[in-house]
Amino acid sequence: MTGILTKYDVVIGLEVHAQLSTNTKIFCGCSAASGSEPNSNICPVCLGHPGTLPVLNKKALEYAVLMGIATQSTINQYSTFARKNYFYPDLPKGYQISQFDLPVCENGFLEISSGHGETKTVRIKRIHLEEDAGKSIHDRGNSTLIDVNRCGVPLIEIVTEPDFSSAFEATDYLMKIRQIVRYLGICDGNMEEGSLRCDANVSLKIKGEERLGTKTELKNMNSFKNVEKAINYEIERQFEILEEGGSISQQTLLWNPDKNEAYPMRSKEDSHDYRYFPDPDLIPVTISNEMLSEIRSMLPELPGAKIKKFTEIYLLPEYDSSVLTQEREIAEFFEEVCKQTLAFKEVSNWMMTEVLKILNEKKITISEFNITPQNFAGLINEIKSGSISGKIAKDVFADMLETGKDAASIIDSKNLKQISDPALIEPVVKSLFDANKQKVNELLEGKEKIFGFFVGQVMKSTSGKANPALVNELIKKELENRKNE
Amino acid sequence: MSSAKLPYSSLRDKKRLIFEGSLDLAQNVDFFLDKIASHKHLNAFIAVSSDCQNQANLIQEKIKNGNAGKLAGAVIAIKDVLSIKNINLTCASKILGDFIPLYTATAVQKLIDEDAIIIGKTNCDEFAMGSSNENSAFGSVLNPLNTEFVPGGSSGGSAAAVAAGLCDVSLGTDTGGSIRQPAAFCGIYGLKPTYSAVSRYGLTAFASSFDSIGPFATNLQDLFDVFDIIKGEDKKDSTSTSNTPVSNEINTKKIKIGIPADIISNDIQPEIRESFENFVLKLEKNGVEIVKISLPNFKYAIAAYYVLTTAEASSNLSRFDGARYGFRSKEVENLSDMFVKSRSEGFGAEVKRRIMLGTYVLSSGYYDAYYTKAQKIRRLIQQDFMNCFKEVDFILTPTTPTTAFKIGEKTENPVEMYLSDIFTTPQNLAGLPALSFPTGADQNNLPIGLQLTSNHFEESKIHNFLNSLTI
Repeated sequence: MTGILTKYDVVIGLEVHAQLSTNTKIFCGCSAASGSEPNSNICPVCLGHPGTLPVLNKKALEYAVLMGIATQSTINQYSTFARKNYFYPDLPKGYQISQFDLPVCENGFLEISSGHGETKTVRIKRIHLEEDAGKSIHDRGNSTLIDVNRCGVPLIEIVTEPDFSSAFEATDYLMKIRQIVRYLGICDGNMEEGSLRCDANVSLKIKGEERLGTKTELKNMNSFKNVEKAINYEIERQFEILEEGGSISQQTLLWNPDKNEAYPMRSKEDSHDYRYFPDPDLIPVTISNEMLSEIRSMLPELPGAKIKKFTEIYLLPEYDSSVLTQEREIAEFFEEVCKQTLAFKEVSNWMMTEVLKILNEKKITISEFNITPQNFAGLINEIKSGSISGKIAKDVFADMLETGKDAASIIDSKNLKQISDPALIEPVVKSLFDANKQKVNELLEGKEKIFGFFVGQVMKSTSGKANPALVNELIKKELENRKNE
Repeated sequence: MSSAKLPYSSLRDKKRLIFEGSLDLAQNVDFFLDKIASHKHLNAFIAVSSDCQNQANLIQEKIKNGNAGKLAGAVIAIKDVLSIKNINLTCASKILGDFIPLYTATAVQKLIDEDAIIIGKTNCDEFAMGSSNENSAFGSVLNPLNTEFVPGGSSGGSAAAVAAGLCDVSLGTDTGGSIRQPAAFCGIYGLKPTYSAVSRYGLTAFASSFDSIGPFATNLQDLFDVFDIIKGEDKKDSTSTSNTPVSNEINTKKIKIGIPADIISNDIQPEIRESFENFVLKLEKNGVEIVKISLPNFKYAIAAYYVLTTAEASSNLSRFDGARYGFRSKEVENLSDMFVKSRSEGFGAEVKRRIMLGTYVLSSGYYDAYYTKAQKIRRLIQQDFMNCFKEVDFILTPTTPTTAFKIGEKTENPVEMYLSDIFTTPQNLAGLPALSFPTGADQNNLPIGLQLTSNHFEESKIHNFLNSLTI
């Protein structure tokens, strides 16, 4: 790769399609849910039957505008729908309703990581609304089957300028887009199931030259890993061709994740002329100032702002901040907990280890988590106040997880409260020293290991409830006493 | 019985007679069914309803009980580009095959909801493309006044059915004159409403930004009684509106009518010209002020019309591809072959001509030269009209440059056929309402129609004005 980069600039642009998680389709009242029985969420409109007409789902428009606002885009308060004409059996009308010369959002940008701690601003050319096509199923015997359920599911297409110069940057952008659509609650971001899809335009430009190289378009990359692999594959492929004196032909390549190779789908020469023109069945989309400010007010705090807040207000290390803001619900859980405790770092530690581990193991989301933010804060406060030790806390946590009870009542009912009164621990230490004179001597001679033995014994005889710091302190004190005897 | 005259002069009259018990609706429906059968040679109908009599009995009861809808008893024929649930929709094309719609068009449903009886689906030019009703996969419709002549098109079957007395009223569609021209050729009334006044939901689209649904009738009252029912906003059609004010009584002495003098040229059949001039005299006797107006961009209307409507049609008809419903060619080798053969065999010549034209004008490299330019002309023509309506209430023209022509006369020359729409396409380009009314006949006894155009949503003003003429 370094050989390539000394001679060429890598130029990548992305087109991301996000399926909007509206209840109904973009132009009819059918359910937009995926995973239903094939051809069950259909009506004459999404079947494209003669005489049917599209009626825009306001929610889909709202979601597109939200994405525009989240990416600092200009919101076009006047936009239009256009028809993209092509023949395919899973496209019932013979055209896809999309937006062409007047998309709903334009000229946005997003900050991404270039690696090595550096950031970069990527320009978003446009975000437009469109309808999804159906699914053709080719692997059932000789015939091709059509599932129309997906026809008319709302999509936004987010198109960037060719601003990426590595697969790493492209992948980071895609992860950030996924994070934003999930924060906004407008798309579940599932790449494997195709609710977030990414096409990449890749070309190599000789350093110092103005003219861009011929680009190819990569499709069918259904995971972040595959996006990175496919782009790197394509960069190397183009480099090899150029180095051997060949030229790149403009074409669409399909990524094969099993073979780690890309194959040409169709060449642009015989590609479609989509004959875009304004869709006469839909009136222009107008967004009033009122509607725009209403949508603005729906905008949640976005990952960038959250990270800033977590480092500056909750004083968390950057690593903690980025882990805890990965998902909006996790971040909000953290903030909710921190409304009731000031031990922010302690909360962060517990969440990053215990909580995320449980969510992962049980494959549940934080909303299904059995401990409320309030109870979780209670647990942290019990630890901080010295009421229980960290070790006991883990047992209490497990109990809370199982019963949903609060920490205090578990500590009470199981009598787990930490012993922090020296008068209760001192006699235990003294009798332990008396019973183990040989070991006390060894310790006095400098055998540090023995110290742990005494701590363990004290904890054992207090059923683990003795305050460990206090135990340490009292053992040291008793040792001093014996030394002076 | 089929030669008997109807005992009523309007739908309101008919409903009264049924209420009074002097007309039996089931017998009336039988009368129409018999007449349709005895006039099969006109080829006006593609399908005739089988359960009209049952409906007739039910509706007659409702009329007698006083709880019937506004169009109770009206026997209505529907152009077969409008969808009716469970009734084969053909669009007079082979390509739809045995396609059965799952829903009913809004305009038709509104008629049914007002207790009208749908007697059948009428023949038309394939996908409403034509001016003579000779482009139907089900054969030509004949003009009931002289069967050697065309009834006009594309709503030829709907016009012929009303003119021949095979139903009370009918619905047609008008994209560039397809209601007004056949109304003129058949000697009846035809209204093309303001674009958006009637929901297009359920109308198989030819050119979506032009298509209007409207009625045919033998008198003005029936024409507007039907229009008043079918108009109105529909949530299923985002382009539909509810903006149809009802006009007050008209004082003819305050009315100004514009006549585009430069357009009523020598190319018009002399008898039409004469009829037009006689009507102008009649208007003047009624105290109407006649004003010469100029519509400078009218001459580009036909060209712009054919660029824009074919562009929209090429896209609208893409759904007929043999993949999901309708006709599919028998012997196909692959997917592309299925599309090509199904469409080549399924569409008629005129439809294919327009699809190719429309595909061409939308192609990259040609889009600006044709589509964009035609859109500009469309705006200029709209502007021409708006300028005129600052000065006048209505614009009067003949509906057609000639009366009905002979079957086969123009089929070899599509451009000449297109030119027969010269007076009717500008209103569709501008979305304006226009009404064709009969004013006489030529020497072959073929009817002559004149056309009144008003500003948007002034249909009832046209109605009241024509009603107010006394001489």
